Amino acid sequence: MTDEPLLRVAALSKFYGSRVGCDNVSFDLWPGEVLAVVGESGSGKTTLLNCLSTRLLPSSGTASYRMRDGQFRELYRMSEAERRFLMRTDWGFVHQNPADGLRMTVSAGANVGERLMAVGDRHYGKIRATAVDWLSRVEIEQDRIDDEPRAFSGGMRQRLQIARNLVTGPRLVFMDEPTGGLDVSVQARLLDLLRGLVTDLGLAAIVVTHDLAVARLLSQRMMVMKDGRVVESGLTDRVLDDPRAPYTQLLVSSILQV
Amino acid sequence: MTDIATYNFAYLDEQTKRMIRRAILKGIAIPGYQVPFASREMPMPYGWGTGGVQVTASIIGPDDVLKVIDQGADDTTNAVSIRAFFRKVANVAVTTETASASIIQTRHRIPEHPLSAGQVLVYQVPIPEPLRFLEPRETETRKMHALEEYGLMHVKLYEDIAKHGRIATTYAYPVKVEGRYVMDPSPTPKFDNPKMHRSPALQLFGAGREKRIYAVPPFTDVVSLDFEDHPFEVQTFDQPCALCAAENVYLDEVILDDHGGRMFVCSDTDHCEKRREAGHRGHLAPESDPTSQTMEPAQ
Amino acid sequence: MPTPLVVSDVAKSFTMHLRDGIKLPVVAGVSFSIKAGECTVLGGPSGAGKSSILKMLYGNYAVDEGQIIVKHEGGLVDLAQASPRTVLAIRRQTIGYVSQFLRTVPRVSALDVVAEPLVERGEERETARDKARSLLARLNLPEKLWMLPPATFSGGEQQRVNIARGFITEHPILLLDEPTASLDATNRDVVIGLIAAKKAAGVALLGIFHDHDVREAVADRIIDVTVFAPGKLAA
Repeated sequence: MTDEPLLRVAALSKFYGSRVGCDNVSFDLWPGEVLAVVGESGSGKTTLLNCLSTRLLPSSGTASYRMRDGQFRELYRMSEAERRFLMRTDWGFVHQNPADGLRMTVSAGANVGERLMAVGDRHYGKIRATAVDWLSRVEIEQDRIDDEPRAFSGGMRQRLQIARNLVTGPRLVFMDEPTGGLDVSVQARLLDLLRGLVTDLGLAAIVVTHDLAVARLLSQRMMVMKDGRVVESGLTDRVLDDPRAPYTQLLVSSILQV
Repeated sequence: MTDIATYNFAYLDEQTKRMIRRAILKGIAIPGYQVPFASREMPMPYGWGTGGVQVTASIIGPDDVLKVIDQGADDTTNAVSIRAFFRKVANVAVTTETASASIIQTRHRIPEHPLSAGQVLVYQVPIPEPLRFLEPRETETRKMHALEEYGLMHVKLYEDIAKHGRIATTYAYPVKVEGRYVMDPSPTPKFDNPKMHRSPALQLFGAGREKRIYAVPPFTDVVSLDFEDHPFEVQTFDQPCALCAAENVYLDEVILDDHGGRMFVCSDTDHCEKRREAGHRGHLAPESDPTSQTMEPAQ
Repeated sequence: MPTPLVVSDVAKSFTMHLRDGIKLPVVAGVSFSIKAGECTVLGGPSGAGKSSILKMLYGNYAVDEGQIIVKHEGGLVDLAQASPRTVLAIRRQTIGYVSQFLRTVPRVSALDVVAEPLVERGEERETARDKARSLLARLNLPEKLWMLPPATFSGGEQQRVNIARGFITEHPILLLDEPTASLDATNRDVVIGLIAAKKAAGVALLGIFHDHDVREAVADRIIDVTVFAPGKLAA
């Protein structure tokens, strides 16, 4: 582990006219660290995620990312070409709805291989071997490699989306409600898989979720957002076991016990 | 040629021709880049080569000699009517002979006879965007071209190999022009792709419905995309032309009867006739071959 | 003897915002230290704040006031003020914790649950698993359970997985929250033996033991938490 963060976020704000998307958010993210951003719909967590992943430009504030050469670059001053290159090599983005992150009409193998081809891989055999390897890592049967994701279940699609994102060995992955819309049993499997991959690959991740159990299982750190502002942050187990802010207490006390 | 005066030379008005020429010049300056242009209504439906016709109309002069081919043939409806159109609106000389044409407008073939410097090949293009079937958003495909993000193009070739064991794309096979833009060579068979590479002729592409013009200047690199372990290959035929015995040419299948009888003949009718005139005979060539018959007089 | 952990003037209360913001003081003026090679036991009745103190020392509960100075990687760190990242590093390297209940993760085997803290510290997975096997065997957990996720285990079985997970590493400080609560006599003795071994290795232990016999067997010193009751401070 290095002594420098991977991502530095300072006073990030996004306004939609007079409406607040997210307001004055600051944090550092270190390599290998998983940060959960929790809050209800409209709390600004998705706006924050979209700003950080440069899918949206913030109204003010900065975010600097430590590139592979060790230099920090300010995300919002990069050219679009650089940002897009970053997004398909050193970053991943896992959408809540796999259809948003997959090409539904090309095969699973090509979905995984696309990023490799995008960075100049031109050996079919090697691309396919890598795709096979990644499908097995996300527990998709090898004989499904030539099937289109349209023929996959929701859980399989989500796992395919993860493989597609991780194939280039990114250092930072953004996840937007990665288990939303999945059955509970499917969720558990996916979470376990994600947890293993994040640990094995030493990924840093920012996971947006409204599900505190997901945050507990995946993240070491947590930010609670309400009305665009961070109302509480800290170690995940500290925030969940000793919530301090009124809103966090409400969230934690609203969990259904099984 | 009665009422030529009712039309401007080559049908289009001068302002339109200048607009199209500017698009052509821009296309030549940026090989492979799709230049938008204000495509006009033409007196023929979209799909009949309106893009190619507008390009030809903008570059043609009274001294030009025009050849028009459709899938290699000079004698199909599309070729005949476009040739007739320009005879009528520009009063130019027409020919079926590749070597003597100064402008060749083509639908989906490149002539077998090697082109030479000074000739212009005008392609009729239905869909100019090679990424279209993989990425439906025009805003996105333009960005992909601008940023040289062409991974998706290989996704298509990957899918081919995964499904068929080889790159099964046989026409409209994507190429990279001068190491920069990925281009759709229009639905020519991939057999013709190597002819585009470093061709001494100027190649112009017009897509009327899609309102795009692009170009490959003479002696420009045109490289077909492929994989290291699945290199680009052209089609090969296991028999020569049934009429002129030519090998290493692109052949069309011709059905002879309803009992499965068929033959393979040159798709380039001019090439085939020239060879038969020179005495080459395929195994199905008639005894006395009525060649050298041109469909129309050259004047 | 080295003193790897010093607690001074720590106070903790809970503010219940959902109940009109009433403030529930838990402890105040908590001051003590623990020594390497000793097992210090927190004593006092239920509700006196023993568990809360332990949780503050692990960074699991926030600290309202005071300092918790930990010797960590050659320096001194105030855990009460430390950043989440520092707390994580302290948990990884310096302070181990055996909680009362095992928090299970779906689909992770008991063996890997136990081996995980070692792997996090950079140990080879197989070496860590070997060590986990010997600990689970020592704690008499039937071998057929090792490869199963502990979610469906009995309370005693889960507790033993939890103990093995806490004892597998060589953290210089180990916090024990009623590790023997649901164990039978045989396994209680095993735990007593494990604690003795930790003491001999120079680990500073701090624990809560309701079981009188266990407490007698392991405690070098008992700190009565009732002296840290918030009311006392006013007196």
